[in-house]
Amino acid sequence: MSFRDNPLGELKVPLTWTAAIAILIALVFAITLVATDRRGEIQAEAYGVTRKAADAVAAPVGGLVAKPVGWADVAVENIRGYFFAVSENRRLKQELKTAREWRDRALALDNLNERYRVLLDLKTDPPIPMVSARIVTDARGPFANTRLANVGKEKGVKAGYPVMSENGLVGRIIGVTTGASRVLLLTDVTSRTPVMVERNNNRSILTGDGGPNPRLEFLRGSDPVKPGDRIVTSGDGGVLPRGLPVGIAAKGLDGRWRVVLASDRAPIDYVRIMRFEDFAQLTNQAELARMSVPPPSSLATASVGVTPSAAPAAGTVSSAVRPKPVAAPVTAAAPPPRRPAAPATRSAPSTPPPPQAPPAATLAPQSQDPPL
Amino acid sequence: MTTLAPWEWIGVPFLLCVFWTLIFAIPLRVFGLHAPEPVFALWPVFAWAMIRPSIIAPAAVLLLGYFLDIFWGGPQGLWALSLLVAYAAVWAARPMMVGQSAQAMFIWYLAVSALAFGAGTMVMIVKAGAVPNPIALAWQYGVTILLFPFSLRLIERFEDADVRFR
Repeated sequence: MSFRDNPLGELKVPLTWTAAIAILIALVFAITLVATDRRGEIQAEAYGVTRKAADAVAAPVGGLVAKPVGWADVAVENIRGYFFAVSENRRLKQELKTAREWRDRALALDNLNERYRVLLDLKTDPPIPMVSARIVTDARGPFANTRLANVGKEKGVKAGYPVMSENGLVGRIIGVTTGASRVLLLTDVTSRTPVMVERNNNRSILTGDGGPNPRLEFLRGSDPVKPGDRIVTSGDGGVLPRGLPVGIAAKGLDGRWRVVLASDRAPIDYVRIMRFEDFAQLTNQAELARMSVPPPSSLATASVGVTPSAAPAAGTVSSAVRPKPVAAPVTAAAPPPRRPAAPATRSAPSTPPPPQAPPAATLAPQSQDPPL
Repeated sequence: MTTLAPWEWIGVPFLLCVFWTLIFAIPLRVFGLHAPEPVFALWPVFAWAMIRPSIIAPAAVLLLGYFLDIFWGGPQGLWALSLLVAYAAVWAARPMMVGQSAQAMFIWYLAVSALAFGAGTMVMIVKAGAVPNPIALAWQYGVTILLFPFSLRLIERFEDADVRFR
């Protein structure tokens, strides 16, 4: 029997075609996965169930695998410490001398700062609670720069929280599950962080590109950055607190301004997750909820730009929601009438006396922060 | 003749890739430098398409890519799509590649790896609107192509197992 007569020989064509169909179906699946990805979003629900489950499994496995490496690190460090004890001692003495000088300066500045705070009645940011975590896995490719930390929901960690090492900002949390949280590093291609140059408060966006040194984008001005400038978080947008150390500005090989990350000075094995909840945490929400809000008055309505002719429209509101007449309390709360502006007086001498300042207007001066 | 049991030529390399990806994800720095992060999945992807057409292999490639996306925390579907593009390219060019020398196969492997990384870059451009750092790309590509001997070993072991596709 020749090969062509063999009935099994006929199987080649169908199998080739079914394999082609399998490839096509798999490609459609892959494209769907790409299209439905929402990794760049901060919202907790954007982090899918599959990722959460995978992280929950990967964290203990990664921790277990990383343990021998940790022991080896300690052993190497001990051996190095033994052989380089003398040079280390010299270096530490020098460092201590410098640190003492800095301590004296810090104490003097702290004292001066305290006096300024009292003088200006300045309200400072409250301390931010932190959670310590160990890094168990590390992805460092060009398409993903993330790490898995071994604490999660059980410690109150949420998506968006900033993550710090002992040297500076590392990134922010993008996904949380029980026992694990995924940290998006500053170097990730999708990472965008509002920062500023500490020297001149010049704003910029730190843009990761998968390399070790993220770029400074959207710099304005003729000479906004100098080599060696310290870069810190600006706090713009409320996602990160202001003033966290990020790194040092340096000119890249491509001629762009880049940042040598402070967190890269040492291995990132342990991190602190800052439980920073936007600027809303600076106010006492419970106290705000207890405060009784005065009902809107016609004066207040006029103050926000509604013409007096719109007032009768209020009559169409049902009696259940119509505000009670509270003229007296409003008058009492209002400040003395302000002097009308000179040009207005000149152009319209027959204008009636200015109305009482609305309650909203009285808040404006109080809400102004003292200049810093 | 070596038998072509799916577990042997797809299952074992799949598990090996997962294992080595886990090992290389340890947060390790030696003399201030990060350990390399090769894409272990590329060597079986190249070999699976070379050995013979299969229905299980594309599913395994999809699963392996999805595992990389989830484990590395990258954009969902990035490696799944990139590896499938590489697999489809090898599958389509297979009649030209079969029976060539190891050197010629290595050149094909370089091209296919470049195609996978190119597909990944395209996905990043479309999804994030940003081009990944070329040095970081070159570094990962460089350490990935060093895995070619594993691919060649897998091909040599199983290429004679199914004579219908020689």
